Order: sequence, then structure tokens, then C-alpha cells
Amino acid sequence: LSVPPEVPKEDSRPKWDNKFQYILSCIGFAVGLGNMWRFPYLCQIHGGGAFLIPYFIALLFEGIPLLHLELALGQCLRKGSIRAWNTISPYLGGVGVGSWMVSVLVSLYYNTVLTWVMWYFINSFQEPLPWSMCPLNKNRTGFNEECYRSTAVNYFWYRKTLNITPDVTESGTLQWWLILCLAACWAIVYLCTIRGIETTGKAIYVTATFPYLVLTIFLIHGLTLPGATDGLAYLFTPNLNTLKNPRVWLDAATQIFFSLSLAFGGLIAFSSYNSPKNDCEKDAVTVAIVNSMTSLYASIPVFSVLGFKATTGYWDCLDRNIISIINEFDLPEESIMRENYTAWISFLNSSHPEKIAGLKLKSCDLQEFLDQSVSGTGLAFIIFTQAIILMPGSQAWAILFFIMLFSLGLSSMFGNIEGVFTPLLELRIISKSIRKELLSGIICLISFLIALCFTLGSGSYWIDIFDSYAGTVPLLVIAFFEVIGVAYVYKIKRFSKDVKWMTGRKPNLYWQITWRFISPLLLLIVFLAFVTLQIQKSPSYAAWNPKYEGFPMKEEKAYPPWVLAICALLAVLPCAFVPLVALFHLIKQLCRSKDPSFVQPEVFSCQGANS
Amino acid sequence: YAWDANEEYLFKAMMAFAMRRYSSKSMTQISNVLLCNVTDRVSFWFVVTDSSKNVTTVPGSEVEAAIRMNRNRINSAFLLSDKTLQFVKITSTLSPPVEPSTPVWLIVFGVVLCLILAGIVCLVVAGIHQRKKKNKESTERENLEEKCEVTITVENGIPCEALDLKAGHINGVFAADDERFTSL
Repeated sequence: LSVPPEVPKEDSRPKWDNKFQYILSCIGFAVGLGNMWRFPYLCQIHGGGAFLIPYFIALLFEGIPLLHLELALGQCLRKGSIRAWNTISPYLGGVGVGSWMVSVLVSLYYNTVLTWVMWYFINSFQEPLPWSMCPLNKNRTGFNEECYRSTAVNYFWYRKTLNITPDVTESGTLQWWLILCLAACWAIVYLCTIRGIETTGKAIYVTATFPYLVLTIFLIHGLTLPGATDGLAYLFTPNLNTLKNPRVWLDAATQIFFSLSLAFGGLIAFSSYNSPKNDCEKDAVTVAIVNSMTSLYASIPVFSVLGFKATTGYWDCLDRNIISIINEFDLPEESIMRENYTAWISFLNSSHPEKIAGLKLKSCDLQEFLDQSVSGTGLAFIIFTQAIILMPGSQAWAILFFIMLFSLGLSSMFGNIEGVFTPLLELRIISKSIRKELLSGIICLISFLIALCFTLGSGSYWIDIFDSYAGTVPLLVIAFFEVIGVAYVYKIKRFSKDVKWMTGRKPNLYWQITWRFISPLLLLIVFLAFVTLQIQKSPSYAAWNPKYEGFPMKEEKAYPPWVLAICALLAVLPCAFVPLVALFHLIKQLCRSKDPSFVQPEVFSCQGANS
Repeated sequence: YAWDANEEYLFKAMMAFAMRRYSSKSMTQISNVLLCNVTDRVSFWFVVTDSSKNVTTVPGSEVEAAIRMNRNRINSAFLLSDKTLQFVKITSTLSPPVEPSTPVWLIVFGVVLCLILAGIVCLVVAGIHQRKKKNKESTERENLEEKCEVTITVENGIPCEALDLKAGHINGVFAADDERFTSL
């Protein structure tokens, strides 16, 4: 009689269909909106090509080692972040809970940014584009005042999309159009994550590759636009003097760290679905390099378009001046062109200075237009949309641009949701009774209801708060404890043996040094510098207030105390889990050690679980 | 095109036309429109005289109103637009933007939402279907295993029920040849 062999437990864990899916998911998670609208901005303000030096140093000593660590951890332990860290050491369980908490907070507000992208996308099907013209005021004698004083693009963003309130304390009302788009976005996220990686794995083929296609199209088109070379020269001209400013190094380190989406728990979740015998070292290097190359690749079309926009603005300024001069002096048409404008101005200034002064000509400087640098949502929804109006065939460009932004954000959302979903699936309270579809539905529904807060009038101020406080400091803390935990609690020797078992070769000297010393040290320095800088300047925000005297400039306001308390809570809560859980286990251990029948659980090893 | 005396003539004609359409009393002739101070910029001042009232000029407000009424005809006569043909102190009225009855974005949104909901329903139904099939398979396997546990007798790896013991083949070598054995 032969007894059929027992089915091993690992087979019930879902798997990636193929290696490409896994790599694409990690790349999609890492490559997000920040690659497009934060990296080019940092390059621009920190001395162009010179910024690449601290950026690549940070990549080498911080980004790649941490990435390898997380991928190897997930692959070895084959569990989500909470249970993985519990397995490494019960005292480190707080690290897993902290990263789960951060994933929850980030998922909430990240999808609202996608809501804005979707709103712009569905508005791009109109001719002419709604943000190209100001609406008329009530008695049709002129344009709407708020729109007239700022620009049509600003008006559409601040009034028609956000319906923003002048102050963070004024909540305003729920914007129904944003609620509809938010529901659609969460429905899309639910559709793609309904069965975990079975469904995201299929969706990622589209969402991770499509942005590259659109970026290429924009690259080709952008390079043909007038003024593109000015923009690119401005971006890449290195100014090595900026490297003396420590702020530049800090920004490079934080950019690498946040760009690779470390410490979210999502990467651990992704690699936990791998087969253990997989070369995680090569994967880590691949993902990190692709992420950085994408940032560079994306900055080229962004800056071509910005250069185009600056050049067009400069030409408009010149043309307006030329018209007023021609009208004033009754010169024939086309006597003054852009090329001989400066010659004419100096001639007229010498011959009729009072007349020229009376005209109140605005000084047109191309550098000034190029210097108007914006990052974040302002880049996408204000600057880029303005540039798109100037291109022929603007509907098509707008549609392409917003689909690209949407897929960039969606692939990052998959990672965030996996970071929430996988640990929940493994909690003993939940697991067997609830179906995957139901759990993901509950997560999406609850997140949708909470995210309704961000559709209020003051929603975008709150998103800035979440982005600056929940998405920054806790990640640094959690990553620090991750490296320390693996290097000094789990011990690097054991970890190296595990990695050798998985990849077939021992991690070389570079990994040993970075894991043991350089990365923790670098993280500590970055964390301290970051916190110091944050504390030094009192937190304030820029409010859009039509009644402000300096309108259309934004009004600088300080956060009221209760908002500051929420900021502090957002930053501290995920980090607080680390000591809290350690304390909890310490107390449990002390109580248990008094019980003589208690047996110490055996030491865990990566190979032991899978042999 | 170049601005010459013929264009000036056309301009005078258009002004006369505008005054005739506006005031309807008019006997305004081309000779009533006078141009002066013509510059190379192509800018000039003009007045419209009224021949019936002792060669006085028509008040500016009337001329302005006449031009405002016929602005698009004047523009198209010169193949120009409001921006390129400018009358000082006459601002163009703004045309309201075209607003369709249902905003376009709602239509697009409806399409997108329908697609998403269709996808979700498909996936959920497919999931339930798959689960039912798996459940049926696992209950069948369970039943078979139960039966096997009770009466499992295996002959050379084949369960006995599969062998039909009643219908067998008689092996001719062993069974048929009784005469082989010598009788005692």
C-alpha cells in the first residue's frame, strides 16, 4: 500500500505566473508619480546635471542595499510584513505593524491624487479644453474675476476641480464630481486587486508598460517643440557649486528612498509570492536601476515641454510689448520683430525715453520664465496643462498625458494595497473564513469612505499634510529599524547564509559593508537632518485665497494647533508601534518566564521553513 | 495684402454701409467718410459727415454703435478679426462658450464606470463559479477516498472492484490440458 504524499503547505500560497510579472510589479510599484514630477524639479533647483552625483551615491549606498534586504526578506520568509517581522523576532513585530499602518495611510490619499487625474482625463474629451478659457461672469460683460486675475488653468484647478477653501480649517462641502471620480478610482483598484496578485499580475502588464510608451511619444514630440533645447539645457547644465549645500545631499537621499517605495511592506509582500530559489540580488539591482533610469528618461520630455512653455510665454511677453510700442509710435507692421526687439528698445529709449517709460513695458526674460519651477501636482495640473493647450491637437495630448499619469499612479497603488492586503490575509483572526474577494472589497470600501474627507473643499491641504508627515518620517524610522533588525538581531551571518541558499552565492563584501554599517548610518543621518530641517521652519502652507491682496500669489498661513497635533500624530503613530510591540512582548516574556512549563520556541531559519 | 487707395475706398464703403444699416435714414455716401492722419502702421482717424445737416459730423457714439452692430461684416470684408482690426475704444462683445446640455465629462464618466462594473461582475461571477467547481471536485474526491478506505483491496495496484472476478479468462495452459497428467 502506498500512501499518497501530503500536499505541502506552500502550494496553497499564490504564485506569480512568471518572473517577468514579479519584476514588472516591483518596477511599477517603485516607478510612480514622484519619478515624473519630483525628480525633474529637484534636478532643476539643485544645479542640473550636478544633482546626479549625490543621487547615484545615495542609490549605491542606500537604495540598492535596502531594496535587496527587503526582497530577500520577503522571499526567504514567504510571509507578509507583519508576520515576517514577527518571525524574525517578536520584539521587531512593531516594524511590520508600522509599515502596514503607513501603507494604509498612503493608500488613502494616493488614490485621491488619482481621482484628480481621472477628473482631468474625463474632461479632456471636450473641444476646446475646459481649462483653456475663462468662463464669463454673470452679466456677460467680461470674464469671471477670479479667473481673470489668475489664469484659466489655475482657475480650473483651484475652483472647478478642487473648489478649494481659503483656509485649512474651513472644510467646505463635499464636491460631488470628485466623489464620483473617487468611487470610480476605488472601483478600478478593486477590479485590479480583487484576488490579490492573480489579478494585479495581469493588470500590471498594461499599467507598468504603458507609461513608457507615452513617455517615448512625449519625448519625440517634445523634442520637436520650439524652445525644447532651452529647457533641456537649463535642466542638465551642471552647477557644481550646489553640491556644497548639504540640503542637496539630503534631498538626493530622501528622493532615492521614497522613490523606491521602501519600508511600505509592499515589496516584502511581492517577493513573498516568489519561489524561494530566486536570484533576489539581481532583481534588486534591476529594479533600482530601472527606477533611476525612468526618472532620468521622464525628465527629458518634462523639461522639453517646460522649455516650450517658457519660450512661448517669453514670445507672448515680447509680442505684447511690440504691439504697444508699434501702436504708440505708429510704426509700420512687422518693423519690430522678436529678433531686433532689443535693438529697437535701446534706440527708442535713447530717442524718446519718456514715451517708453509711459508705456510701462514688462521686462521679458527667458531665464525668469524658465525659473518658474514647480513640483508635484502644480507641475501636472497647472504647468503641463497650460503647455498642452499650446500644442496642436491638444485633446489627444491631454488624454495621453492623463492616462499615463493614471497608470503610473495605479501601479504604485497595487503595491500599497498589497502591503495592506497580504498581512491581513495572514492574520489568524481573518484568514480562512473570509474569501479574498470579500476582504479586498471591504478594504476598498472602507478606504473609499475615509477618503471622502479628501473631497472636501480643504481636501488638497489635507493631502499635502498626509504627504509631508505620514509619507516621510515614519518610513525613515521603519527602514532604519529594518536594517538594524536584520543586521544585528537576526545577524548578518545567518542572513548571508539564507541569501546564499536562495541565490546560490554568498553576498559579497559590498552587501556586507552596506548592510552592517553604511546604510544604517546613512539612514540615521538622513533622519536626523530631515527632522532638524522640519523643526527649524515652522510648518506653514500656501492657501489659495481670492480675497488676498497679493492674489494670484498664494497666501502663506500657519497651521493652527489642532492641525499640528494631527501632523505629529501622523508622523509618530506608525513609528510608535515599534517600541510598543517590543514592550508588549517584553512584558509577555517576563510573565511567561515565570511559568516553568513554558518551552522556548526554536530559533527560526529561512531554510528550515522550506526544506 | 498691401494697404492702398483701393483698400481705403473699401473702408469708406464699409463705413457708409454700416451707417446706412444702423440709422436707416441714411443717404450716407462714400464721400461722407473722411480719413485723415494715415500712417504706415495703417492706422488713421476718420469721421462721418452728415450731408443733410449742414456738413456736421455724426456723433461718435452713433458711429460706434453702427460699427458694433456690423463688426463681423466689416471684419470679413478685410479678412481680419477682432484682434487684427482694432477700433480704439470699441471693445468686442464676448461670445458665451458653447455649453452642451449634458456635460461631456459625465458621458465619458458613465462609459468608464460601466466598463469597470462589468469587469468586477465578471470577475466575481467567475470566482464563484470556480469555487463551486472546486467544491464539487473536492467532495467527489472525498467520497471516493471514503469508499476506498472501507473496502480497499489492491491487486497489483488495481482496486478489486475494477477487476471483474466473475468474468475471467481461462488460461489454456493450466486449465485445459487434463490429459497431460498421467493417470494413476
